[in-house]
Amino acid sequence: MNILCAGLNHRTAHLDVRERFAVRESEMAEVLGRVRAIDGVSGAVMLSTCNRVELYAASLCPLRALEGFRSILSERAGLEAPLYHHDTPQAVRHLFRVASGLDSMVIGETEILGQVKKAYSVASGAGAATRPLHRLFQHAFRVAKSVRTETQITTGPTSVGSVAVELAGKIFGSLEGRRVMILGAGEISERTARSLQSRGVRSVIVSNRTYERAAALAAEIGGMALHFDHWEKAFADIDILISSTNAPHMILTPGKLAPLMRLRGGAPLFVIDLAVPRDADAAINDLDGVFLYDIDSLEQIAAESLTVRRKEVDRCESLIEEHVGGFIGWLRSVHAPEGGRIAS
Amino acid sequence: MERIALLASTICYLFVFGHTLYALGAGRFQPGRFNLLAVALGAASQGWYLSMRGAVEHSCPIGSLSETLVFLSWSIALIYLVIGPAYRLSLMGAFTAPLLLLLQIIALLLPGDVGQASVRPGPWVESHAALSLVAFGAFGLACIAGLMFLVQEAQLKSRRPAAIFHHLPPISALAEAVRRLLWAGFLLLTLSFAAGWLAHIPIAGVKFWFSLLIWVLYAGLILGARTGLLSGRRKALGAALTFLLVLLLLPVIQHFSAR
Repeated sequence: MNILCAGLNHRTAHLDVRERFAVRESEMAEVLGRVRAIDGVSGAVMLSTCNRVELYAASLCPLRALEGFRSILSERAGLEAPLYHHDTPQAVRHLFRVASGLDSMVIGETEILGQVKKAYSVASGAGAATRPLHRLFQHAFRVAKSVRTETQITTGPTSVGSVAVELAGKIFGSLEGRRVMILGAGEISERTARSLQSRGVRSVIVSNRTYERAAALAAEIGGMALHFDHWEKAFADIDILISSTNAPHMILTPGKLAPLMRLRGGAPLFVIDLAVPRDADAAINDLDGVFLYDIDSLEQIAAESLTVRRKEVDRCESLIEEHVGGFIGWLRSVHAPEGGRIAS
Repeated sequence: MERIALLASTICYLFVFGHTLYALGAGRFQPGRFNLLAVALGAASQGWYLSMRGAVEHSCPIGSLSETLVFLSWSIALIYLVIGPAYRLSLMGAFTAPLLLLLQIIALLLPGDVGQASVRPGPWVESHAALSLVAFGAFGLACIAGLMFLVQEAQLKSRRPAAIFHHLPPISALAEAVRRLLWAGFLLLTLSFAAGWLAHIPIAGVKFWFSLLIWVLYAGLILGARTGLLSGRRKALGAALTFLLVLLLLPVIQHFSAR
């Protein structure tokens, strides 16, 4: 028995191509059924995410399985499928790397593990996952957990939005019920506000020089618009201030903020300055209770997190290698090699 | 046997300190069980030591500075065991361990001779002594939470947080811990003073003024924070510095204490 992995991902195919081959959850049982109908294929699990479409199959003849899968995908998409493929043990290693986030666009991201679990659950539900695949995926989940807990591969946030969310969490704890004010209705401030909303931020006030634009953005993200001349009046009630105006001068200075901070009864304020040129004077960071981050510092933290993660890759690979050996040992013990296909 | 109990607790706190340093250095820090268990074992050994001393002295075992330090360290450990896991204040054990270790080492080095009691032991006297040390235990932990607040705040202000940043709790949780611990300590200290007054303990001038100074400082901290006059940072700094003063004054107060 061999394990075959075949598919395409963010490295081998552009988004335009990947979306043509994507398989929706509602179509999965049918596609898995067609794959299992290929001669020599006993079981199959298919992973279809925004970054990859991959088949993991237990097969006596991997080449036949690969060609069968290629023709199924090509027929569905109406174009030739640019597939890569791995046989045992590379296919096992590949799945362990995928589940651990090592093969992801952002190294160490953890969403992929949930997607792998979902793919396995759908295949199990459809009766497509046979014993070697059950064992393989259970092993992959253990590997992912081990990689996550024993290394720093998931350390730190890796995007401006997630850095802002983590920092806000380290200032306020839970973001449930926190209030955000957006000064200047820009795209990046909107994205950052949405990241914060996804973690429980309750209300968003949008203030812009053009009131109509503020109102439009407020309506889009479920917030409230405020005339730009009045933003200081709402200052005592907010926890996070995202600023991205086009003002040619600083609008958040120590002189302006110090008296406003006294109205807040000691409550901290997280200022995210996304504007270029900057809206906030760096000196406001020296005020008690004010935590100022500009776009450079947010991007730097994200870059540092990625550097830490990259440094951990070798440790992760050696952990994975141990597990690959373990799984291959089991596979060899229960399934006699077919023509020496299972490499040592 | 007493010495063994004291040594055992010191080793437990040394383990917590060392284990956390090693885990942080290796980037594998996971707050929780090992440290909590070691602090619990340390506190149990201290409890064993104090019960043996209590049986010998037939009173609350704070007859010498050595015993007082063990009692204080025991109070801090017990309060940590209650609030540390409840508030998920990860790393608090790592910050608490050095203080516990320091108090234990000083206690080990000091002579354990108990002085002549100048006050007859009784329930009010014992309550006065025990409550004041538990109060200082709460203040000790407020100092630890305050130091953690200052470290985390400095990390946030630096805009280039180091690895420890990810392991420390949010500053709002730390500020809340400082507030509650200050209140708990202050109420216990006030009750202890009331018990001392009911016990008619003759009080030396220096001890009275030092005790009053500590009470006024903590009252000021609580009042300042409540009215918004003190920011989270100043409250945390105040909690840390006031406890440092308590540690410096403790030998003086102990010297003038009437048992």
